Amino acid sequence: MNKQIESAAPWLFVVGLFVFWELACRLLSVPTIILPAPSAIFAAFQRFGGPIATNSFVTLWTTMAGFALSVVFGLILGLVVGWSRTIYRSFYPVMIGFNSIPKVAVVPILVMWFGIGEVPAILTAFLISFFPIVVNVATGLATIEPELEDVLRALGASKLDVMRKVGIPRSMPYFFGSLKVAITLAFVGTVVSETIAANKGIGFLMAQAGSNFQMPLVFAGLIALAIEGIVMYAATAWLEQRMTGWAFRSQGSAAA
Amino acid sequence: MIELKDISLAYAGRTGPVLALDGTSISVGKGEFAAVVGPSGCGKSTLMKLVTGLIKPTSGNVSVDGAPVHGPVKIAGMAFQNANLLPWRTVTENILLPLEIVEPYRSQFRAKKAEYRARVENLLEIVGLQGFGDRFPWELSGGMQQRASLCRSLIHEPKLLMLDEPFAALDAFTREELWCVLRDVWQRLNFTVVLVTHDLREAVFLADTIHVMSARPGRIIETRKVNFARPRDLDVCYEKDFTDTVQVLRHKIAEVRKA
Ligand SMILES: Nc1ncnc2c1ncn2[C@@H]1O[C@H](COP(=O)(O)OP(=O)(O)O)[C@@H](O)[C@H]1O
Ligand SMILES: [Mg+2]
Repeated sequence: MNKQIESAAPWLFVVGLFVFWELACRLLSVPTIILPAPSAIFAAFQRFGGPIATNSFVTLWTTMAGFALSVVFGLILGLVVGWSRTIYRSFYPVMIGFNSIPKVAVVPILVMWFGIGEVPAILTAFLISFFPIVVNVATGLATIEPELEDVLRALGASKLDVMRKVGIPRSMPYFFGSLKVAITLAFVGTVVSETIAANKGIGFLMAQAGSNFQMPLVFAGLIALAIEGIVMYAATAWLEQRMTGWAFRSQGSAAA
Repeated sequence: MIELKDISLAYAGRTGPVLALDGTSISVGKGEFAAVVGPSGCGKSTLMKLVTGLIKPTSGNVSVDGAPVHGPVKIAGMAFQNANLLPWRTVTENILLPLEIVEPYRSQFRAKKAEYRARVENLLEIVGLQGFGDRFPWELSGGMQQRASLCRSLIHEPKLLMLDEPFAALDAFTREELWCVLRDVWQRLNFTVVLVTHDLREAVFLADTIHVMSARPGRIIETRKVNFARPRDLDVCYEKDFTDTVQVLRHKIAEVRKA
């Protein structure tokens, strides 16, 4: 019984939130142009269902494309950076510097290079999301227990052996853990880029609707974004659980 | 088995070189059980790394098994205070790890996997872990993890076993249990052991020879034979000769710590 309540709680909370929102809008007669009531947003969903769906899809696939680039490059760069202390030390300042550039500032450059369209969105998603993957993978490699490394090196293990047998499997929980962060960031990157310069995507749809004062549609876009974000986050969290369950189970159970 | 002559070793510390060992000589015979005791930071772990070929001495000669050491010796097994088992591998797979690294096992690993697994099973039985091969490390107590770590250090039938404070993190009862496990494997498999420890009773109970090191820079200031009859029983720890020996060593260490 308690379990049921617990699993239903998030849904109840969401429903409660919308009910409260609806009531507040009606009782205080908030103008739609300031804050549309959920019913108005729902109506917008019905009216603009087609455009919302197609634009959501564009946002989804550009995010996924940018995220895929991040995974590939982040993993490779993470392995390279984590490989040796020297590389780690020499790369790190540059990476920090790069990561601290607000990516919004890069969008106009990308648009100049690649024109308006999906490419800047994909690249922004990539640029904003690969850093946490690099850092996590590198950390996983760099924090191998030195004694374990000694055990293997005394047997004549090469650096590659140590990485294959210990470093890489060990960094996998860090890697999969970073995917949750990366997908969220990639999503932000895509939407930012679409909002600034694009002709498709939810970001673009919202910017358009905003300039036409169609507030219900803007909010419908927001809600579509929230749903997409939750789905993508949940997918990576599930993947993390699946791939590195041992890391969760072994936590805090190393009893002496 | 092990010959160290007039070794000195300096680490490149942050504020200049740190002399960890200076004029250290030690010799351990084949099949001997040697213990090294000394104040912490005196260079015991450094000594272990020199013998296994993980670091090179600044000056002096190291030879193991009759040959000068120039790189990883490959005939040694090592175990430390932390069992350091890989949490994504079962106990058996953890113990097999050295065979995936060291020749000639490495190139035959796929072909002979069944045989190697049988070997693991045999070792598990010797250390009292039979039936735990398919468990994961986190399902084991600290003492059991340390037993598994011991198996891992022995799977490639090393001629030399290097133990760096392997029982330091265990409770007193488990520790004494593991003394007996180590005593029994050593008597059965007949390898050479170097055991670094803080626990003087452990050293006196297990070893043939005890080497006492000075504070840093470490050198061997005393070598003492322990002649209790074997096989030794835990009861020996309460005999007068035993406690006297421990007492003498204790004074010696107290002296070098003050100096
Ligand atoms: N990699 C290193 N770099 C610099 N100094 C080190 C390093 N490893 C050990 N030392 C120093 O060398 C001395 C001996 O270390 P160690 O052999 O680990 O001592 P023990 O194992 O006896 O406690 C210590 O004073 C320690 O600070
Ligand atoms: Mg030490």
